[in-house]
Amino acid sequence: MEWLDPLALARWQFGLTTLYHFLFVPLTLGMSLAVAIFQTVWYRTGDVRWLHITRFFGKIFLINFAMGVVTGIVQEFQFGMNWSAYSRFVGDVFGAPLAFEGLLAFFLEATFIGLWIFGWDKLPRLAHLASIWMASIGATLSAYFIIAANAFMQNPVGYQMSADGHRAELVDFWAMLTNPVALAAFPHTIFAGWMFAAMVIVAVSAWHMARGRNTEMMRKTLRFGLWSTVVSFVLVAIVGDQLSLVMVATQPMKMAAAEATFNTVCGQDASFSIFTLGTPDGTSELFSIRVPFLLSILSTHSLDGCVEGINDLNTLYSQQMFPQFADQVDGNFAPVLWVTYWAFRWMIALGGIAALVSVVGLWVTRKKAKRPVAGWMWRVAIWAAPLPMLASLVGWVFTEMGRQPWIVFGLMLTQDGVSPSVPGWSVLISLVAFTLVYLTLAIVEFGLIVKFAQKGPEPLPDPDAEHDDSVENTPTTVY
Amino acid sequence: MDLAYLWFWIVAFLFVGYFVLDGFDFGVGMSIPFLGKDDIARRQIINTIGPVWDLNETWVIVAGAALFASFPEWYATLFSGFYLPLLAILIALIARGVSFEYRHQRDSLKWKRAFDRMIFFGSAAPAFLWGVAFANIVQGVPLDAGHEYVGTVLTLLNPYGILGGLTTLTLFFVHGVYFVALKTDGQVRADARSLAKKAGVLAIALAALFLGWTIVNAANAEAPLLLGVVALAGVAALTLIGSWIANLRDREGTAFTLGAVTIVAAVAALFFALFPNVMPSTLAAGSSLTIDNASSTDYTLTIMSWAALIFLPLILAYQGWTYWVFRKRVTRARIEKAALVAH
Repeated sequence: MEWLDPLALARWQFGLTTLYHFLFVPLTLGMSLAVAIFQTVWYRTGDVRWLHITRFFGKIFLINFAMGVVTGIVQEFQFGMNWSAYSRFVGDVFGAPLAFEGLLAFFLEATFIGLWIFGWDKLPRLAHLASIWMASIGATLSAYFIIAANAFMQNPVGYQMSADGHRAELVDFWAMLTNPVALAAFPHTIFAGWMFAAMVIVAVSAWHMARGRNTEMMRKTLRFGLWSTVVSFVLVAIVGDQLSLVMVATQPMKMAAAEATFNTVCGQDASFSIFTLGTPDGTSELFSIRVPFLLSILSTHSLDGCVEGINDLNTLYSQQMFPQFADQVDGNFAPVLWVTYWAFRWMIALGGIAALVSVVGLWVTRKKAKRPVAGWMWRVAIWAAPLPMLASLVGWVFTEMGRQPWIVFGLMLTQDGVSPSVPGWSVLISLVAFTLVYLTLAIVEFGLIVKFAQKGPEPLPDPDAEHDDSVENTPTTVY
Repeated sequence: MDLAYLWFWIVAFLFVGYFVLDGFDFGVGMSIPFLGKDDIARRQIINTIGPVWDLNETWVIVAGAALFASFPEWYATLFSGFYLPLLAILIALIARGVSFEYRHQRDSLKWKRAFDRMIFFGSAAPAFLWGVAFANIVQGVPLDAGHEYVGTVLTLLNPYGILGGLTTLTLFFVHGVYFVALKTDGQVRADARSLAKKAGVLAIALAALFLGWTIVNAANAEAPLLLGVVALAGVAALTLIGSWIANLRDREGTAFTLGAVTIVAAVAALFFALFPNVMPSTLAAGSSLTIDNASSTDYTLTIMSWAALIFLPLILAYQGWTYWVFRKRVTRARIEKAALVAH
């Protein structure tokens, strides 16, 4: 039965659980850093406003953090549960970065986040500040190792095939860690995470500013968030450009699919279509807005570069490079084109809109601004918060769907990686279970974040009143 | 291939670490309906593990990753074969983990009760299922020539497997209750001691049965291995009884420490009984997964050995320090004060 196909179900489950996990990862990456910066400012200046800001955004960060942890365990188990053939094939190579991730990053993150949450009144201030930095470093480090592992799937390096051809074996760990795909995708992911967290900070601050609440603190965080968004966007774009160069070199089919280019094009003809309407299978074009040369510039950084087309690549792959796989994929090594085409564009567009909102935001909230910020502007700032997150999600959809039909490029097809011993109905049970649990948690999670974001930071102490400083300086946390 | 043998014991070490640490976490979670007579008491109980549950749970992630990297075949067979029990463990760990964070976010008693139940079931399910899984790994499961699991979920629910599950369930429960006694004050502490007194008897009985059965199963093993299984099972039994007596005499620290030794020895006994297999097959000897035919290459294991050698001592140091930072009891007064500040 079609709907009990274990391969299709396992792919849906992997896509669902991974994208869901990635709702929390970028926020953890960015928010842990932002909170660490806020707390450092408090530590250096002693300004109590920064303590309140730290605790306020720290709380939002923590509600999100628990979800990141528990949905992460699913990811690691899933390779073995649903993709056992893949795990057997790549375990010697792919397992090592996961083990490093655990030993170097996860323990660091999990231990120091506990020290930070509960250590306000138990640790010296410097040690407590160091805890949030350690947790943030742990989170960033874990992103590096998992992206190095993913990069092997996109562009396998540092391995050789075993004598019997049954598995890939690691021969150069350093080459694997410095995979050009990893070196570009890692900063791309990190900066995108910063951008998302920055826009969340903007949205929360804007909500309070629009209502005239906590303006003294929220103006600071608003400006911090706007600047961070703009800076992060510039960084995302620069490394994204590098990533696409690497992609053209290592996975030309993915770039061809991003542009839905069927025949190899050069120079002026290598145009980038901003918008295209075509037949559903993408094979013919009804309407298109194109920028000449742009695809050549993006792909090769030159005006007269050539971009290989899908048809030419299919011929190359079927006849020369991967003839042993050609029959299994009917000679078509291209991913689903409408997905890659639109995911690539939406990634850029959503990120760009968020950056634009922030640039305008910086202008209208500058110190010398004569006019107050209009109500609709605050609303735009609030509703723009999900944009970088959506950009990250479609970015991953593009990266992973663009890798298809391969699970490891050139070495193994996705259809060959699935667990042979797990029946379709088992995968259906897990897919339904994860969907229901994740949906419920998303509702609770979103409700809680909104509740605490609207509640705002603790009010500032009244400067005229007698103030008990000891309570202020040793806040406590209990569950 | 000597490194593969080293990694068998490193994997064993990581799972021992996981069961000792998350084991008492599970026990603490399961004790809420028994010891949490009011909300302050329940918060006292939960806060004993507040700062550490996350780092404890991380041990299973690291153990899983180490298993994947050092024995890909073992990882692939185990995780795809034990699909539904692992799914149940995952759902339970998700429910439990978010409950710690969500429970205190609203004042409604109904809200808190819901998360208390999730913590209870989210703790009990993995405590039971991990025991079932490991008992079955040691006993052997049907694997075909390609090392694929060919049983069903019911294959795992055999008497030895269920007994293994009940053993870990009660061991973790009692160990968690010792921890609550060690880390709280007042009524909760007194209740924990008397609960451990009763539950301890059940744990001793189940553990004795399970370990005895394990020894009988291992009777055909080579002499040094059999000796290892018997010695470790003996240590586990003696320390478990010792911890029960220590609890009777109100020596909470001793009871908890001996309880930890029990879990270390019992899990180590299972790994001795498993050695040199990693997943024996009940179908034909040739299809068993062993240390030799399941491991990664020497190159991969060499790199990972360096990482383990450098980072495991560091990890133990900073985790030990964390426990030291949070060494004080979670007093009723402290929770009451925090509850006042929140309003």
